[in-house]
Amino acid sequence: MTKAGPASVEFRNVSMRYGAVTAVDNVSFTVEAGKLVTLLGPSGCGKTTTLRMIAGLEIASEGQILIGGQDVTRLSAADRDVSMVFQSYALFPHMSVLENAAYGPTVKGLGKERAREMALEKLALVGLKGFENRYPSELSGGQQQRVAVARALVLEPQVLLFDEPLSNLDAKLRRRVREEIRELQQNLNLTVAYVTHDQEEALAVSDKIIVMSNAKIAQQGAPRALYEEPANAFVADFIGDANLIDVTVEAVADGRADVAIGPARVSLPARGLAPGPAKVAIRPESLLLLEAGGSASLPGTVRKCAYLGNHLDIMIETPVGELFVIQYGHRAMLEPGTAVNLGFAGSGVTLIPPA
Amino acid sequence: MRSATRLVLLLGWLGYAVLPWYFVEGMALTRLGWLEGYPLGKAGSALALALSGQAPWLLPVGVALTAATAYLGSRDAARVATVLIWSGALGLLLLFAQGFAIALEGQGIPWLAALLGGSGGVQRGMGGGAFLTIFALLLLLCHGLAYRGICRGDLFTTSSIGIVILLIGLFIFYPVATILKSALVDQDGAFAPAAFIARFFDSSIWGLGCLTANVNCGVAWNTLVLAVLCGVITTLLGLACALLILRTGMPGKKVMRALTILPIITPPFVIGLALILLFGRAGVVSTFLYEWFDVPRSRWLYGLPGVLLAQVLAFAPIAFLVLIGVVQGISPALEEASQTLGAKRWQTFRTVTWPLLKPGIANAFLLGFVESMADFGNPLVLGGNFEVLSTKIFFAVVGAAYNQGQAAVLAIILLAFTLGAFWVQQRWLGGKSYTTVTGKGDSGLPTPLPRRITWLAAAAIVPWVALTFVIYLVILVGGFVKSMGRNHTPTLEHYLTGFAIDFSNGIYFQGSAWNSFFTTVKVAAISAPLTAIIGLLTAYLLTRQKFAGRGTLEFATMLSFAIPGTVLGVAYILAFNVPPIEITGTGLILVVAFVFRNMPVGVRSGIAGLSQIDKSLDEASTTLRARSFTTLWRVVLPLLRPALVSALVYSFVRSMTAVSAVIFLVSAEYNLATAYIVGRVEAGEFGLAIAYSSVLIVFMALGIGLIQLGVGERRLGRRKVVALSSSVSDPISQGAAS
Repeated sequence: MTKAGPASVEFRNVSMRYGAVTAVDNVSFTVEAGKLVTLLGPSGCGKTTTLRMIAGLEIASEGQILIGGQDVTRLSAADRDVSMVFQSYALFPHMSVLENAAYGPTVKGLGKERAREMALEKLALVGLKGFENRYPSELSGGQQQRVAVARALVLEPQVLLFDEPLSNLDAKLRRRVREEIRELQQNLNLTVAYVTHDQEEALAVSDKIIVMSNAKIAQQGAPRALYEEPANAFVADFIGDANLIDVTVEAVADGRADVAIGPARVSLPARGLAPGPAKVAIRPESLLLLEAGGSASLPGTVRKCAYLGNHLDIMIETPVGELFVIQYGHRAMLEPGTAVNLGFAGSGVTLIPPA
Repeated sequence: MRSATRLVLLLGWLGYAVLPWYFVEGMALTRLGWLEGYPLGKAGSALALALSGQAPWLLPVGVALTAATAYLGSRDAARVATVLIWSGALGLLLLFAQGFAIALEGQGIPWLAALLGGSGGVQRGMGGGAFLTIFALLLLLCHGLAYRGICRGDLFTTSSIGIVILLIGLFIFYPVATILKSALVDQDGAFAPAAFIARFFDSSIWGLGCLTANVNCGVAWNTLVLAVLCGVITTLLGLACALLILRTGMPGKKVMRALTILPIITPPFVIGLALILLFGRAGVVSTFLYEWFDVPRSRWLYGLPGVLLAQVLAFAPIAFLVLIGVVQGISPALEEASQTLGAKRWQTFRTVTWPLLKPGIANAFLLGFVESMADFGNPLVLGGNFEVLSTKIFFAVVGAAYNQGQAAVLAIILLAFTLGAFWVQQRWLGGKSYTTVTGKGDSGLPTPLPRRITWLAAAAIVPWVALTFVIYLVILVGGFVKSMGRNHTPTLEHYLTGFAIDFSNGIYFQGSAWNSFFTTVKVAAISAPLTAIIGLLTAYLLTRQKFAGRGTLEFATMLSFAIPGTVLGVAYILAFNVPPIEITGTGLILVVAFVFRNMPVGVRSGIAGLSQIDKSLDEASTTLRARSFTTLWRVVLPLLRPALVSALVYSFVRSMTAVSAVIFLVSAEYNLATAYIVGRVEAGEFGLAIAYSSVLIVFMALGIGLIQLGVGERRLGRRKVVALSSSVSDPISQGAAS
């Protein structure tokens, strides 16, 4: 589909400094050709700066950036075969939808007719046939977003970048558009780098997620691996909710660890940990309310209980601190002060390697 | 080597080998007498003059161009970059060195001249060829830097930066530096720091005689006192007016708005002139008081009271414009919050509104202060024995006792005052802005003013507005009566003297004012687009490009905002009266003066306009493979059109009304309207002066009206885009800031 085909993106020890501030600190990763990779992290973690370095809108202070195996570290944005969909869409307000989409080929000097043809083709692809002569201010947010995508696709770039493309859409539309983006990426076999701070969005669309925190990569991997085997407390807490509890690893044998969570004894995959103090991340839905106590359960008292339609949010005071529990199904509400016993589900309870 | 660089080389050779190198007087395309002896002679090209041995010191410049040309077809980018950088930089250096070293007889820098092989040589001011060559060498240097990867290898960006830096250096910093130099030398040009110190601490500048004895105080103190009073009064009036308009149901908002346009289209001294016709010894009011109440005629107007009155009337609308923005910027929600917490109206005003107003008030005060310092027309017309720095500078330059050194010292003091005020403003207020209205969700009704404030404010502004109306009435009527205050017979005599047209033999513009009127319009029309282009380009570089030294460039641009017109005028006459740049007495110097005097306007409206255009639009264009020039041309400029129009209108109008800078620079051939009017006032021909002034005011009011009508509301698509149209396209609001 794309003329040069999708290309890989590789960062080798890239840093970005603004004076004394380090926005991106010694980051290395690879985006394989034809894959969608998400840069995920809280605001200010350096994910947008990383994306802008791929685009060439920021020039890295150190390190090497390769696109399709070629060193583009010092090339300006205009010289890279990369397009970007901006968070604000950045549609030119004084140009019609068609003129916006045809902008790339026009400034490249491809001739009016050719530019028009290319623009119309991509506009049809994103489902905007018939909107050519509208102006951006006459379109809805979702339509504007499609124009931005069409405009970025027109030059058939080696790499397509999305900077929080869904943040200006309402919640219902967000789900639909993210599926469309994923479909488009897979159908056209595009290399896409995608920035978001929404972990659910990242889990839904990505081949690979790169979680960033404080200008560094906290963990990278497939969505499932990140959720089920977080490398550290930050990732555990950022992707999905997690109760982080200080525990003691009492013994390790055959890759299994006996862990003391307060008075409870649980056997968990050791993940290379040695006996001693450690942390464990427990997903709220992996804490079960048991009828009777036992050696594998944690006694507690209900502090708060909130009804949220398909589930209950419950705060439970236990010997290891206050825990956040989610109960699905139509359970009865729990009165504050009720004594309960908490059990641990087979998954969603993970030892965290020390930082 | 890219094709753009080849074009630059071609321009360089055109300037060096073909065009006349020196400035040729009487150059015209109709009569070719000046071409005599070409390519030698007075219109000779540098190449011919250098090779023939008449000006061998021009040879190295040619060598620099040759070196760059030798690499015309080279594909080795790194090599080309190095050659371009060196030939550009050395070429420029040598060109300027020979220009400053070898000048008129007895001037220049002898040792440097000897070094360059031009010992004893004499040359005139640079002309078209020289300037084109400078331009080409500069671009070669910039292109070389771009090839090196500076500014991401963008030729347009590096070239623009180079051009802006050269222009600011040549036409702002070089003249101001010349003032400093002139202050340090005596009448013969020898270095004389003792004379400088003597002049600097002269009692005519710093004397405090008026406090102890009955003599005049130093001119510096006069200026300061006047400026402080003017700042305080204009601020209070502006504040009263802004509060009344926004916080009470007072009618007349449109009228007040119109009032704010007036000072922009009124040449500053016209207010003074009207005051003379009203309150002077033979003024309308004075005569009335004398004839009906036997109040003796007096000269109270001539001096501090008159100048202050004129300045307050002229500059209060500017303070009003600033403060109305500040008052509007205070979110009503804050005051409502204060009231819901139990504060009374007066308490709310004192504890919430007033603290939020304070930075804006300080800003308005400083504006009034600086405007008063820089004002030249009113003190000239009304000052009498009350001298201020700007008029004293004028008389030191054009008066009987020509004293260049004294003028330079006075200019330095004035510059120090305005820069000081500017520095205070930047340091103290720079980061402080209490604009609390943030768009959505800021509903709520502004709290009505406490009653005592309302009464106080009304008491202050009613006389002000009334007086302003009377003054403009006088300006408009004054030209149609024989002699305002003495003989009120209606007549067209003054208009006929100034603007008569003889139709007997075709059209002949017979009136004495036509010449200066046409020159003014022409010069203003030429300089306005240049101002807008340079201003917007500078604004673009400052806001949208990252490069080493941007902070310095920004500071230099800001600094140039603070230079009073009088100082710039003196600086120009000192710097550009002698080679290498000898352009006094020409129309060119007027254009240059206007461009760089009004550049702040262009930069300001550019920055204001650009700040409303999201940066991601530029970036989107870049990621779609557009270079910076394409982005500027296709994306930024169309969106910037309102700012462009406002810069054009405003610099045009300012050129029409400016006095202070150009009064030094006009010549018999190139006289300007304002200078002509000032001349008529000094000659006592008030009727003609006031008639001419009202013609100017009406002309500009019509012009602004037409442009506003023509540009109208900016439309994008079929919906209005409010953000762009409201402030930027409005040349009037731009006036507040300058």
